[in-house]
Amino acid sequence: MRRKHQDVVFALVGIVALMIAVLTFLALFVNMALDGLPRLDWQFFTNFPSRRAAQAGILSAWVGSTLVMVVTAFFAVPLGVAAGVYLEEYARKNWVTDLIEINITNLAGVPSIVYGLLALGLFVYQFGLGQSILSAGLTLALLILPVVIVATREAIRSIPQVIREGSYALGATRWQTVRYHILPYSSAGILTGIIIGMARAIGETAPIITIGALTFIAFLPPAPVKAEPPFVSLDWVMSPFTVMPIQMFNWTSRPEAAFQDNAAAAGFVLVIMTLAMNAFAIWLRYRLRRNIKW
Amino acid sequence: MAALPSATQHQVVEALPATKAEARGLSFYYGDFQALKGISMPVHERQVTALIGPSGCGKSTFLRCFNRMHDLYPGNRYEGEIILQPDNTNLLAGSLDPIDVRMRIGMVFQKPNPFPKTVFENVAYGLRVRGEGSRRTIEEKVEQALHDAALWDEVKDRLRQPAYNLSGGQQQRLCIARALATDPELLLFDEPTSALDPIATASIEELMHDLKKRVTILIVTHNMQQAARVSDFTAYMYLGELVEFGVTDEVFIKPQKKQTEDYITGRFG
Repeated sequence: MRRKHQDVVFALVGIVALMIAVLTFLALFVNMALDGLPRLDWQFFTNFPSRRAAQAGILSAWVGSTLVMVVTAFFAVPLGVAAGVYLEEYARKNWVTDLIEINITNLAGVPSIVYGLLALGLFVYQFGLGQSILSAGLTLALLILPVVIVATREAIRSIPQVIREGSYALGATRWQTVRYHILPYSSAGILTGIIIGMARAIGETAPIITIGALTFIAFLPPAPVKAEPPFVSLDWVMSPFTVMPIQMFNWTSRPEAAFQDNAAAAGFVLVIMTLAMNAFAIWLRYRLRRNIKW
Repeated sequence: MAALPSATQHQVVEALPATKAEARGLSFYYGDFQALKGISMPVHERQVTALIGPSGCGKSTFLRCFNRMHDLYPGNRYEGEIILQPDNTNLLAGSLDPIDVRMRIGMVFQKPNPFPKTVFENVAYGLRVRGEGSRRTIEEKVEQALHDAALWDEVKDRLRQPAYNLSGGQQQRLCIARALATDPELLLFDEPTSALDPIATASIEELMHDLKKRVTILIVTHNMQQAARVSDFTAYMYLGELVEFGVTDEVFIKPQKKQTEDYITGRFG
């Protein structure tokens, strides 16, 4: 009787704890949606920020966020996956790899502002990359690198050892085993980790402010495609920029109430972007895992 | 198999087939633990040699020395030699790349371990690993290997389907086909039927009987009846040592050592 009583108590405590988390998020989200939704129209996405709240939009912010994410993914994915594969499939297990492992775990816990300070000194000044999309992308790539590495390692670890042995027994090299087995079978987990890392990066504000993103910007970076050869241009990576959370931060610091609604609307868009990325991750994992059974 | 009269037995012993591989004073260590203690025995060409013994006696460890599987894990160490004929190569030589060893020696595992790819890709993998680029050659060799593994008729219409759709017995024959596709000189079987039902087991045993016409087979088995059924030579191991090695009929009918007799008759083990 007493044991069953304990069971019920624990279940209740659990439900309450869960509800606190869910309801807090819901309350925030609904509140933001109520304030912001009236502002959400086509112009909101196609207008630059403005001194008049009713005409202000998030064009430079969402374009900036998207471009920064492209740079982030470009650096974080190959580096993170390569590091994860190396640690799982190549590195001998000794004190050096233990040390690296502890380091990576700790890196995941470093406050993002610290990455911002590092990036300011290293990318912006030392490498002379300036307050550019490239600097921001590199900073966020560093920030999510531990997430990608850990996700890669977890995904690789779930591959049964008999699959590796089967490959090696046929005379495969390590690289052939990685190329034909390890990467294809772990791609679902790796992609999930990448997207979750990206979803975290897209909401980061502190390190981006630290490296000097503009808070008010009324132009877009140069287009990545040109009319004349070679048709592609990388000029945009050196362009000044702003991102979604900074645009929000800028608006919330204004005294006029109308700007608060703009901030709520931008926040709503940002949350939807993040949720969409997470949903995509779940869908992708489901789809890729369907064809893999041991 | 029926008991042979002793005169015939001697003839068998005298007319021993050629040696394909030979372990000479082979010891093996997992870190500080010595798992094999100075094993010396031959593996005869185009014969089936069975390794029997109680769990933990080192028979799987011994088998996995032949394709240097232990090299995949740190802290493992070999002593002694395994000489592979006809070129007198010491498989355990530090200067020899384990990949070159595995190019010549195939392996089939305890639990069927098809790759999560199509039936065709499973068998083609060994060829792709060797850099075979010709589609025609790959298709021919895959078909041949599936014929050799007595699987072609069952899978010829589902080559592009995932291998895990096959039954357990079919999966194991697929793994045998995968190993055969690269024409191994020696095929290692590590308890290949322990995860299979009796009917699938019978088909694998029958297959082994056919295969020994062209490839040397070394098999670890927990099942003594299986050793008696499929093998020409049997080695009994206990606690990392080779207790007895001989023609299967002799080992089973007139074991030289009391220990072997006790194990075979089920008094221990």
